[in-house]
Amino acid sequence: MRAPEPAFFELRNVRCAFGGLVAVDDLSFALEQNSIVALIGPNGAGKSTVFNLITGIYRATSGTVSFGGRSLAKLGTHQIAALGIARTFQNIRLFAFMSALDNVMTGRHARMQASLADSLLHTPRQRREERRVRERARELLRFVGLERSAGDDAHNLSYGSQRRLEIARALASSPTLLLLDEPAAGMNPREKDDLIALVERIRASGVTIVLVEHDMKLVMGLCERVTVLDQGRKIAEGTPAHVRADPRVIEAYLGASDP
Amino acid sequence: MKGRKPVRALRLGLLAAVLLVVPFADHNNAHVDFLANAGAFVLLALGLNIVVGFAGLLDLGYAAFFAIGSYSYAIFASQQFGLHVPFWIMLFVAAAIAALFGILLGAPTLRLRGDYLAIVTLGFGEIVPQTFLNLAQYTNGPNGIGSLDQPSLFGRPFGFSATPYYYVVLGLIALGIVAARNLQHSRLGRAWMAIREDELAARHMGINATTAKLSAFALGAAFSGVAGVAYAAKLDLVSPDQFGFNVSVLILSMLVLGGMGNVAGVIVGSLVLSFVNSFLLPQASNIAHTAGFTYLDFTNYRFMLYGVILVGMMLLRPAGLLPSAKRRAELEAALTDPALAAHEQTEYEGAHAR
Amino acid sequence: MDVFLQQVVNGLSLGAIYALIALGYTMVYGVVELINFAHGDVYTLGSFFSLAILAALGVSGELHGAALLGVVVVTVLAAMLLCGIVGVLIERLAYRRLRNAPRLAPLITAIGMSFILENVMQLWRGPSPVPFPPVIPNPGVTLGGVTVTTKEGLAIVLALGLMVALQLFIANSKLGKAMRATAQDREAAQLMGINVNTTIAATFLIGSALAGAAGFVSGVYYGTTWFFNGFQAGLKAFTAAVLGGIGNIAGAMLGGFSIGLIEAIATQYIPAGAQWSNVVVFSVLVLVLIFRPSGLLGEALPDKV
Repeated sequence: MRAPEPAFFELRNVRCAFGGLVAVDDLSFALEQNSIVALIGPNGAGKSTVFNLITGIYRATSGTVSFGGRSLAKLGTHQIAALGIARTFQNIRLFAFMSALDNVMTGRHARMQASLADSLLHTPRQRREERRVRERARELLRFVGLERSAGDDAHNLSYGSQRRLEIARALASSPTLLLLDEPAAGMNPREKDDLIALVERIRASGVTIVLVEHDMKLVMGLCERVTVLDQGRKIAEGTPAHVRADPRVIEAYLGASDP
Repeated sequence: MKGRKPVRALRLGLLAAVLLVVPFADHNNAHVDFLANAGAFVLLALGLNIVVGFAGLLDLGYAAFFAIGSYSYAIFASQQFGLHVPFWIMLFVAAAIAALFGILLGAPTLRLRGDYLAIVTLGFGEIVPQTFLNLAQYTNGPNGIGSLDQPSLFGRPFGFSATPYYYVVLGLIALGIVAARNLQHSRLGRAWMAIREDELAARHMGINATTAKLSAFALGAAFSGVAGVAYAAKLDLVSPDQFGFNVSVLILSMLVLGGMGNVAGVIVGSLVLSFVNSFLLPQASNIAHTAGFTYLDFTNYRFMLYGVILVGMMLLRPAGLLPSAKRRAELEAALTDPALAAHEQTEYEGAHAR
Repeated sequence: MDVFLQQVVNGLSLGAIYALIALGYTMVYGVVELINFAHGDVYTLGSFFSLAILAALGVSGELHGAALLGVVVVTVLAAMLLCGIVGVLIERLAYRRLRNAPRLAPLITAIGMSFILENVMQLWRGPSPVPFPPVIPNPGVTLGGVTVTTKEGLAIVLALGLMVALQLFIANSKLGKAMRATAQDREAAQLMGINVNTTIAATFLIGSALAGAAGFVSGVYYGTTWFFNGFQAGLKAFTAAVLGGIGNIAGAMLGGFSIGLIEAIATQYIPAGAQWSNVVVFSVLVLVLIFRPSGLLGEALPDKV
């Protein structure tokens, strides 16, 4: 008899309120390792709030968030990142005046060893690490199709490229859980197709992915499971086909601009 | 790229050779004296640049660490308490003491928003010299501590010539430049840059913002402590009036003039301002006096000059005379593209406020 | 006990000056989120303007009755007007262009402005303290063992009067409402048809005018003025604004009087207190910022840097 293995990632009865405003209410869901799931819902449903709860920007008023059986309640954002959770942002938050390469290298921060003394003295150890990380960062840029923009400042890249750079930066920390916040926003159909292929390749490398997305075609094409939020509550969960047929989902989206 | 390396090495070697022979070529001790003093301020500017330029934390009380370094030397290497720790050891001790105070000041305050932090550091900058002034039984109050130990090398004391101090300061600057450049191109330097650009995103990269900022404070303070020891030993005196807000603003003006975040720019900025202070303004006053304007003394208005530099540079050339390409884009984009700056601000606010 | 009460009176009159200056800090910060570092120097400018106006009126000594009232009213109003204009000019020439720059740029500019103003005043009236004519007769009212001199009374009454007027103005006037709206959300205010530039200029006008009034009061109170006064007074007033809750008008008054009291009482009761009073005030600033950055009456502000 073995104790049941803890879920790879789990939200249990999470509630998050700001003053009187309840952003997330009694939300539970679990992720299997190497799965790819979507979090959908009308605007203001609390999707980004869920991401902010996971990365420690917000604290759950009650309930637990756990990763590999470990509670994230007392950890700071940087510690949560070091555990292997990486994310992108709904409104792109690149380091605008750093080069694409430096952005990705910064993404590796948590996995690097160089101490203050190493940084100050450029010890051989530090130089080896820098070289390795730079090499890896270039690989990641190639992986997302930005190898030719390595030296460009992030703010000079096109919108679609910035979205991909954010993904490369997130991947730099070798995360096991990747949170993508509306990665396709503002992309044209061709870019979206590339994005789908990219996300599938990331998943194939063993990363678990949660996607907040409005584009249903993309969600239906990529995800095995979908969780639907409305006004901070989970109203449906299941396969894309199942969710799409759910009357509550249809009702929640009625009148919403972007079903 | 590779072809340029020997050229660069050659230029550096040439510069080093020139700097090394200055005291032999120029027998005017006043010039060497000026260079030694100016060098101490180069060190200060390099240190403040780590805090303000690299990490983006406005420290308005930086002179306090200069005071702490100077007083450390006065207390540990003079007749005041009969302690005579050698100069060379004091360079390290003072760096450590100043860094410690940097951490003590930073630990509780680095969570504050940038402008509040600036005012708190200003308060600290006022309290430290005031404390040295008020603790008269240990520090002789306004008279300060004099007759500090003379440094010596291989048993030979420095004497009263500025030349040995010139070499000491030159060596310290060389080390300081290497340290600053190394930091800039390292894991820590990237973390500072990231925090400066977007602290929230930086924390998502696993950067511990508090530790990174504390390191900047401590390292900046250490530079200041070292400069304080060299300056105090050379002057042979420390007194509380050497370290006021004016000095902090002078060093900040050097950074703003040369270009925050840019090592070469900061050095040029500090040399230019030192030159203006020590030569240009007195010379201009002399000329005015001989021309009959006896009431004109430009040296009284050096603070006006700092004010004009701060305002003028911020409005016209915010990235400094010799800006680093990145900081320039960053600072000037905000002037020309309000949307960019406003966008960054509101997003951060959103993340916290909701 | 009498000694203590006397210090309370001293502290309140000192605090009246800090409160008047603090109002300018808090209003400007509330609307444009800038620590207007030059504000303390506008206050000093207020006492130099008052000096010039008194000289122009031919006043050099004590006045009584209607003449006193008339001179005080004219001088205060003129000093307020001139300082208000200076404040608006500073905003227009320096700060406005930097409204969207990284936050430290306007602060650095404000520090530069402060240095420029100090040196202009030094050029104008010299590097030494300048005596202020003893306009107000000395005797005051003695209640029990506590004496309130006329000038202390003037400081407190004038400060309270201006603060009440300001509160009424902000609560009721159209411009006051525009200020509150701009402080809340500049973009939304703009969309509502509020002229943000005018509103911000008005904020500087009023804040600087109050500092001008404080400049007159302090000249009378201390009997002297000095080009460098504004630095420390400004820092203390800023501390007052933070203590009260930055952006909060009532908080600035509360903070101003508190800082005045703390300073007066520290001076009296701490051994060699006068030497340490600055240290005490700055320690208050640091402690408030660390433990209650929203101040006594303020709401928590999100970090935007």
